Amino acid sequence: MSFKNLTRRGVIKTGAIAGAGLALPTYLRADGHSGFTNAPQGDTVTLGFNVPQSGPYADEGADELRAFQLAVEHLNGEGDGGMLQTFSSKALDGTGILGKKVQYVSGDTQTKSDAARASAKSMIEKDGAVMISGGSSSGVAVAVQALCQEAGIIFMAGLTHSNDTTGKDKRANGFRHFFNSYMSGAALAPILAKEYGTDRKAYHLTADYNWGYTTEEAVRSSTEAMGWETVNAVKTPLTATDFSAYIAPVIQSGADVLVLNHYGGNMVNSLTNAVQFGLRDQTVNGKQFEIVVPLYSELMARGAGANIKGIIGSQNWDWSLEDKLGARYTGTNAFVQSFGTKYGFPPSQAAHTCYVQTLLYADAVTRGGSFNPCSVVEALAGFEFDGLGNGPTLYRADDHQCFKDVLVVKGKENPENQYDLVEIVEVTPAEQVTYAPDHPQFAGGSLGTCNPGA
Amino acid sequence: MFGLNKRDFSLLLIVAFLALAAPFILNPFPEGSAMAQFNAGYPDLMQRLVIFGIFAIGFNILFGLTGYLSFGHAAFLGVGSYAAIWMMKLLTMNVIPAIIVSVLIAGLFSLLVGWISLRRSGIYFSILTLAFAQMSYALAYSVLTPITGGETGLQPKYTDARILDAALEPGQQPRANLFGVEMNDGFELVMGNWVFTFNAGYYIAAVVMLIAFYLSIRIFRSPFGMMLRAVKSNQQRMNFTGLNSKPYTLAAFVISGMYAGLAGGLLVAMDTQVGAERMFWTASGEVVLMTILGGAGTLIGPVLGAGFIKYMENIVSKINETILEQWFAFMPDWLGDFMVAIIYPFIGKGWHLTLGLIFMLVVIFLPGGLVEGGQRIGRMFKRKQPQDNTPDASKTPAE
Repeated sequence: MSFKNLTRRGVIKTGAIAGAGLALPTYLRADGHSGFTNAPQGDTVTLGFNVPQSGPYADEGADELRAFQLAVEHLNGEGDGGMLQTFSSKALDGTGILGKKVQYVSGDTQTKSDAARASAKSMIEKDGAVMISGGSSSGVAVAVQALCQEAGIIFMAGLTHSNDTTGKDKRANGFRHFFNSYMSGAALAPILAKEYGTDRKAYHLTADYNWGYTTEEAVRSSTEAMGWETVNAVKTPLTATDFSAYIAPVIQSGADVLVLNHYGGNMVNSLTNAVQFGLRDQTVNGKQFEIVVPLYSELMARGAGANIKGIIGSQNWDWSLEDKLGARYTGTNAFVQSFGTKYGFPPSQAAHTCYVQTLLYADAVTRGGSFNPCSVVEALAGFEFDGLGNGPTLYRADDHQCFKDVLVVKGKENPENQYDLVEIVEVTPAEQVTYAPDHPQFAGGSLGTCNPGA
Repeated sequence: MFGLNKRDFSLLLIVAFLALAAPFILNPFPEGSAMAQFNAGYPDLMQRLVIFGIFAIGFNILFGLTGYLSFGHAAFLGVGSYAAIWMMKLLTMNVIPAIIVSVLIAGLFSLLVGWISLRRSGIYFSILTLAFAQMSYALAYSVLTPITGGETGLQPKYTDARILDAALEPGQQPRANLFGVEMNDGFELVMGNWVFTFNAGYYIAAVVMLIAFYLSIRIFRSPFGMMLRAVKSNQQRMNFTGLNSKPYTLAAFVISGMYAGLAGGLLVAMDTQVGAERMFWTASGEVVLMTILGGAGTLIGPVLGAGFIKYMENIVSKINETILEQWFAFMPDWLGDFMVAIIYPFIGKGWHLTLGLIFMLVVIFLPGGLVEGGQRIGRMFKRKQPQDNTPDASKTPAE
């Protein structure tokens, strides 16, 4: 491990060779030649799908990746076209995006913001991705969104429900189709009042991280506005698997409703514990004890099994939406059918939002006529569309958040099969869940201006 | 030169050459070729290679010299990161104050942790440091959310005070810089089909790494380093001779904590974001793996180990099934499918499995790590050399 003969002659010789090598370059290029980062070269365009492939949300991540693959197929004119047929904008014709064939790279976020950013950076710097999408956690979404803003890339958020993604951490280059904590609270409150009355006492168990806080705040403020009282709110560690220690005090507190601001494995465990403790068989203050889960998903319902029966929560979308509520939600069946044909089971709401985000991006590029992020932002901001499964939807220009109907659902008493686990109680129309862009729960951020990078 | 003997100086030269020429060395395959998948010469990964190199160099000063196995070094990296991001939020986006303060804060924190943990040795010491690190992680993740941002982490925002910088327009993204040079500034050098990326941030990190490496050589060769080795070989005997070994181990602990803080500060300088996950115990375990894989107690080993693991994490984990299918497309279908089925568990999210196997092989067959592997190969070639050199050397008059 040493230069035994580090002679003057040797150094000069090596230097000369190195110099000749350096003189060879054909040209130096700064990124600036096309006006924005990672302008697609040749006849292909690369999208980056950054999903959790390991960690607590790996199931959601796998489903998201399936949806992305399906979206890429449909954009390239393979398969049956899915929602392209029902989408109100007809700019996409199955020849890729702007005539360029769509390719994709995938990465693992591990549901950690550091790992997600590293993965997204390698997509941007190494693979030349012009858009990043996916993710199943708000922490990751906020981290990657800021990175994309800095790099001059469009970020189409996947499953992220925290208010902050389009609230205090919003960015001009980032877009969210999924609904948020505020919308869950606003959609749930009237239904809860109708089902359980307006004089309830609620006890909150909240996952101890950002999403938990915003969800608790949203549900508290909307339920308190209609007359409920919040007895107590207890934070539980995200890594907890046994919630019995947190459930026992609920019984003594005099509360008659338990709100579980938990998601994924947390929710499956806390709900199971609560049901095992016999909470649902109790009568408190002369009323039947009830449990509420603000953010619902099919994957969680499957995990919780029979315990989910009769529990109320909210969802962004459900695969049975069009069958049950008719043509307003057109697009749902087209997507469910092509997803089911390819993979053999119905898609989750995580898959739906990722699929839709990919189509919306492709459509915005096509309508704007350029992959330039600023052109995409202009095409998407204030865009009204329909036929993507959620009914008429608006991408609001003020905060890049989608406004659409929110589903209030309930665990089905007698499921017909392992995918048919939730029944739709009611659909809260978009107007009822719409809020002012400067609502206190969303205050403190600014979109800024689009950044094309380079 | 620089107070180093010839052998160490040439080692420093080699590391300097490797670091400065990394954009070439890490991008050996032409753009667009099937092998381009294995290119690692993009800024983010190059930055990570040298930053985790610094982290491992520091860890090696403690573990390689004194034999104290700390299982909580990620905590110092994390504390350094948080200190750096707060400097960027409050003072300036210039990376210099951020890096200096991250080293100081990590040093103070490691003084506290070391002062308590070093009362015990062996496995008890490891468990104590692990407990501290997990405590820091839990605090950062939830209890200290106002300071650490909790799960979401911290990022500089246009609304931050930043008393030394001019105010930004609403919504503008503040960027880390060194007197105006932004970390992601750079240019690409195109030579035929090859594209080499030169990045300002990487070179700043590389220069810091070289300084850190130089300091570690000086520590290894100093009387202080000799004392630390004595602690490793027999601390009891040392104590019986009347020497108090605690100040030495504590100093080593603080120095390596400061190295970790430096790495944390640089991570923030390169990518202005902190998440609590970087303090998780797996991150502490990773630096142990890096050091052992490369060769604990050697100078260059930890750098090699860090590079190896970060390369695996970022390159192997990104090979997915579609890419495998492309590789084996030339084979008959059944053979191609067979090969894909065999290799698939070891790539993508299975990179941990590959790393684990390699780690086992290294520990079993090369207890001295990759450095020992290099030495063995070197010896194989050296045997011939004396025959060529001896006559030459004997003819040359001694001057």
